[in-house]
Amino acid sequence: MNSLNLKQGSSRKSAYDLKNPLDEREETHTLAVLVDNEAGTLARVIGLFSGRGYNIDSLTVAETDTKGHRSRITIVTTGTPAVIEQIKAQLGGIVPVYRVHDLTVEGPSVEREMALLKVVGTGEKRVEAMRLADVFRVNVVDSTLDSFVFEITGTSEKIDAFSDLMRPLGLVEFARTGVAALARGNT
Amino acid sequence: MSREMTGARIVIEALREQGVDTVFGYPGGAVLPIYDEIFQQNDIKHILVRHEQGATHAAEGYARSTGKPGVVLVTSGPGATNAVTGMTDALMDSIPIIVLSGQVPTFMIGNDAFQEADTVGITRPCSKHNWLVKDTADLAQTIHKAFHIATTGRPGPVLIDIPKDVQFASARYTPMNKASKGHYAPQLKGDIDAITAAVKALETAKRPIIYSGGGVINSGAGASQLLRELVSATNIPVTSTLMGLGAYPASGENWLGMLGMHGTYESNMAMHDCDYMLCIGARFDDRITGRTDAFSPDSLKVHIDIDPSSINKNIHVDIPIIGDIAHVLEDFLKVWKSRGRKTDAAAVKDWQHVINDWRDIKCLAYRGSDTIIKPQYALQRLEALTKGRDRYITTEVGQHQMWAAQFMGFEDPNRFMTSGGLGTMGYGLPASIGVQVAHPDSLVINVAGDASFLMNMQELGTAAQFRLPVKQFILNNERLGMVRQWQQLLHGERYSSSWSESLPDFVKLAEAFGAKGIVVSDPAELDSAIQEMIDHDGPVILDCLVEKHENCFPMIPSGKAHNDMLLGDDSTEGAIDASGSILV
Repeated sequence: MNSLNLKQGSSRKSAYDLKNPLDEREETHTLAVLVDNEAGTLARVIGLFSGRGYNIDSLTVAETDTKGHRSRITIVTTGTPAVIEQIKAQLGGIVPVYRVHDLTVEGPSVEREMALLKVVGTGEKRVEAMRLADVFRVNVVDSTLDSFVFEITGTSEKIDAFSDLMRPLGLVEFARTGVAALARGNT
Repeated sequence: MSREMTGARIVIEALREQGVDTVFGYPGGAVLPIYDEIFQQNDIKHILVRHEQGATHAAEGYARSTGKPGVVLVTSGPGATNAVTGMTDALMDSIPIIVLSGQVPTFMIGNDAFQEADTVGITRPCSKHNWLVKDTADLAQTIHKAFHIATTGRPGPVLIDIPKDVQFASARYTPMNKASKGHYAPQLKGDIDAITAAVKALETAKRPIIYSGGGVINSGAGASQLLRELVSATNIPVTSTLMGLGAYPASGENWLGMLGMHGTYESNMAMHDCDYMLCIGARFDDRITGRTDAFSPDSLKVHIDIDPSSINKNIHVDIPIIGDIAHVLEDFLKVWKSRGRKTDAAAVKDWQHVINDWRDIKCLAYRGSDTIIKPQYALQRLEALTKGRDRYITTEVGQHQMWAAQFMGFEDPNRFMTSGGLGTMGYGLPASIGVQVAHPDSLVINVAGDASFLMNMQELGTAAQFRLPVKQFILNNERLGMVRQWQQLLHGERYSSSWSESLPDFVKLAEAFGAKGIVVSDPAELDSAIQEMIDHDGPVILDCLVEKHENCFPMIPSGKAHNDMLLGDDSTEGAIDASGSILV
């Protein structure tokens, strides 16, 4: 088994002559890291990223199997293909990590993020905020005469779009969870 | 039946069950219960070091020379932080050591208690794994798991932090065979398709080379044996990293010498010009590759390593094989034999001729002297006078280390202990102590520089106390030789702080510790001084006063390729350009 999905024997010569210029282009990948939920595991994963200079665009973690004490860490990271491969190999080397899935290459997947936005305002702005919330199918989870707290779930792009719209309408506080993701289908 | 016992007793019981005979340590408040248990038994010997860093390096020396894990016992706070350098060293060089550290009682953790440090936090990036044990019932299982993790896969240091109340409390002991190992189980067998592809490529290779590393030694004696079998069967030239010296014998016909920054001309040229590179248990470190975009441009590269993260980290390889070296080499040989033992023998013979022309350059030649001891000459004499003996060599870090690798011949694995990846000055003396503890009747020599030696010289006290006859062979140039060499090449001969002023009198220093001291400065007296050092039954410092401004050649300057080596002082003018000077 080749756990790195490397192309084998792909070249007669050294890779340097054959390096695809596209390989220097940075890609964004969503990784699902399944870990034992023991003390320090999250610190170990985060320390790997900071210690080796990798990016974390988003990180979500919670215990998903209370019986087996296992957690799922979803990391969105950016890097060249070589760096992404290195990140996966390094994550795989952490003792409490028992699986690393690259959802971006392993097939179609769904990604969702949840966010809460507090929008303060009255009059026209308040009406407009409410109207846009309807368009985005956003829930209102708290309301006063001059404020709303909206709850939005969707892709990160959808949340970006909605928060951009809310900014001129009185967005004062914004909390987002980071990405949770699963592969599609029955695998 | 498992018995109820205190946490401190559990520690001793688990170590005993794991076959530990020696612990290197230093007591303190947070480990007193464990020391009390050590006092009351005779199976496990405790070697009292003089500084916790010494304990970690001694454990590394013990581990590297025996193939068994080394065990360290330190107290909380400063005890644990002093162990950090040795743990980082072991992580870089893949040496299995188990560090047991005391911790303040669980109910005081986080209170900034006396001698409290966040030991698992501090050692997380410098250990393969670590644990804070909060319940005595988990202690035995954790220790067993720690041995499993330290010694399997790519070996490395692990740490178990044990609060003092956990040492006092009682619980049932979990024996080794009942302990869960968890899901950590590195892949040992290599992918047979990849191995076959690698064999096929070898069959038609015209300029093949084997580049072996410390992974061969870590994989056990069988791996070195298989490497030798592969080389003699296929007649491929073989070179090795600093960490891999001895896996293939230096007297072997196909031996090219060490490669890399201070490797031989023939090995580096062969690496550059080869068409087939079989990397076995090495990791394409920057000391090895030089400029990566000019590294071996025409070769098909096969990389065998147990650590998937070593693959394609620095150099892209064509055929990666993940697995244990011994397992993979066994399959490799099997496949090669079953396919008819083919090589392009004629082409390989031509290749050997090319390599012999490079050998004729005699890259290790130096200007001799009748009046001053040349460091290279000192090592040649040390080699000549100790060759064939049951001998272990450790080194510190610097010029002397590279000269030792160049001028001493290693016939077997586990005979050369040196700090490769981290480059830790102060490694050699405590490492020699660890080796001597494991091999009490062998000749153990630490090849040292004057500056490195001072970094852990307090361990002479350990050598004296435990009657460990370690020989400290100091090439004394009153300089930080390698720093000075770089300042000469890179910084206009401005020797900023690379001069050891106020060096101690090493003879008196030895005597102050109850050891023997010898000083030699005349080349004519060198042999008798070395002989006197070897013959003395006890620890010795031989202070060998050598040429002060000797440079270590050959050298691939920073930012240069393998075929761009400096062979001697004549070629150093403007050797390193601006882009090279930012590299280390």
